[in-house]
Amino acid sequence: MKLEGKKVIWSDYQKEIAEDKFFYVRSCIRQNFFPGSEVAFLRIMRDVLHKDVYEHPCHTTCSGIGYHGDVVPVETAMTVVARQFALMTEAGYSNYVPSCITSFGLYTEILDTWHHFPEIEEKVRKQLRKATGREFEKPENLAHASDVIYKFRKEIAAKAKYKLINKETGEPLRVVDHIGCHYSKMFPSKGVGGAEYPYVLSGMIEEWGGEVIDYPERRHCCGFGFRQYLVQANRGFSVACSREKFESMKPFKPDMIITNCPGCPMFLDRWQYVINEMEGKRYGQNGEGIPVFTYEEVAGLVLGYDPWDLGLQMHQTDCEPLLKKIGIEYSPEDKFNLEPIHEYSEVNNLISL
Amino acid sequence: MGKLYDLLLDDIRFEEGMNACMNCGVCTAICPAAEFYNYDPRKIVDEVQSKDENKITELLKSETIWYCGECMSCKTRCPRGNAPGLIIMALRGLSQDLGYFVESEKGRQQLAVKRTVGDWILSTGYCVYLDGITIALHPEQGPVWEWVQDNKSDLLKRLGGNYKGDGPGILRKIPEETLEELRKIFEVTGGLDRYEKIEEFSKNKAKEMNLELTDGIESEYFKHIYTANNGTHTK
Repeated sequence: MKLEGKKVIWSDYQKEIAEDKFFYVRSCIRQNFFPGSEVAFLRIMRDVLHKDVYEHPCHTTCSGIGYHGDVVPVETAMTVVARQFALMTEAGYSNYVPSCITSFGLYTEILDTWHHFPEIEEKVRKQLRKATGREFEKPENLAHASDVIYKFRKEIAAKAKYKLINKETGEPLRVVDHIGCHYSKMFPSKGVGGAEYPYVLSGMIEEWGGEVIDYPERRHCCGFGFRQYLVQANRGFSVACSREKFESMKPFKPDMIITNCPGCPMFLDRWQYVINEMEGKRYGQNGEGIPVFTYEEVAGLVLGYDPWDLGLQMHQTDCEPLLKKIGIEYSPEDKFNLEPIHEYSEVNNLISL
Repeated sequence: MGKLYDLLLDDIRFEEGMNACMNCGVCTAICPAAEFYNYDPRKIVDEVQSKDENKITELLKSETIWYCGECMSCKTRCPRGNAPGLIIMALRGLSQDLGYFVESEKGRQQLAVKRTVGDWILSTGYCVYLDGITIALHPEQGPVWEWVQDNKSDLLKRLGGNYKGDGPGILRKIPEETLEELRKIFEVTGGLDRYEKIEEFSKNKAKEMNLELTDGIESEYFKHIYTANNGTHTK
């Protein structure tokens, strides 16, 4: 088909996302703060969408937080990443799916640098060989885990038990999306919708019944800033950035925030607690906070997964007002129940229901 | 061409991030750090492109190069395709290689980043790791985090994690052979050299400041750099 007019313009904002056979690499932050989200991603991919998703037990951090904390030199980060690619190659996969935006940004940056400076790629290959004896192919397709959920958002909607709709009023929920700086600010063509019209989360929200809120500081950083959060003396920067976003979104009366990056939901969740402690201020309705979710949590809720299987009890800002708004059936008394309710398969870390 | 400028040119991020800057200031307009700190990326890029050895030396010893949060919002917006964030990364690398980072309060914090994130990478295989994210270091994590820390094994099991377990899964134990590969990569690529330099220059500085510095995160110097804020950084 010949592309014409707006379709030509919008073609620049599309990205190719593989269909199946994914090599999945975990996120350091998501595993620590939102473990239920990674479990949900694999449940959705394997149980609902019937996709082949492989996880290598010997993959590690990409070193991205160390790299952006400036203690890990660029060639070290490149070689750690090259080792991840080697594990993918050895396992017979070529579609690489990281669960982290810092990682996704780092992979994108490294592949771009190697494209412009092939001699650096060659040097990294030698260094990896020397350090580990491994060889690697570059991924044929690189997509963040949210890109994959975005690609299959209609299939998820088709199997949905709930919609992002206020049960009482029948109105769409008003949803703030936060895509995370390193998703497409560095390499706009690598993100769905680019840096100008990022659509990866908006597409999910719209497909699942919600209404996307546009507000002035929509694209502002959550305030992680790596060293600006990692060191206690600098955290004023971090909370100030989140606060700026909350102040800007408040007049639009958001029901919830949905996030792309593993770190952003933690900051947007915890800084609401801190601002309330410091200033006695809350940004949600009825004197509550604004519940903050990962995209996996929202996909899981829509599919009818139990909120406590998704790990919502690990949030500091209470999610229950939103569960009630949607009309999700759940047991408030089970929130802090630590009994192992499900059997998880050892190989897949999947719930056998 | 000055010697320091040549050293910056050795960093691929500098080559990628530094073209001719026309001083329009769009980077500063979009920069979250410039809103909060006494920080102006436009000025830094201009000083660097002057190739003035004294100005670059001053930058390498300054507070200002440590204010950036590396969000890279500047990269999207620069009409000349510069990336001030990448230039900052090159400056920070050089500042650490030369030991100039210990001359500023914000620069000295690199030891704290190294001894947390940096050391966790090599000891656990993770950049951040549950056992290290204590309430003492992270009071902002709130009461829920106290509950998580008190119940981490049961909670991870409840949610389907594989905390400290073998095989794949959430917070699995990274095998010793894998950690050894990571260490070798750090050795071969200069990562360990960077770590050693941060330690060595910090030890000398601690001595000069008459603050005790031992291994780990409990000594006087560590606590000082982790928490000290002289109040002159913000607007």
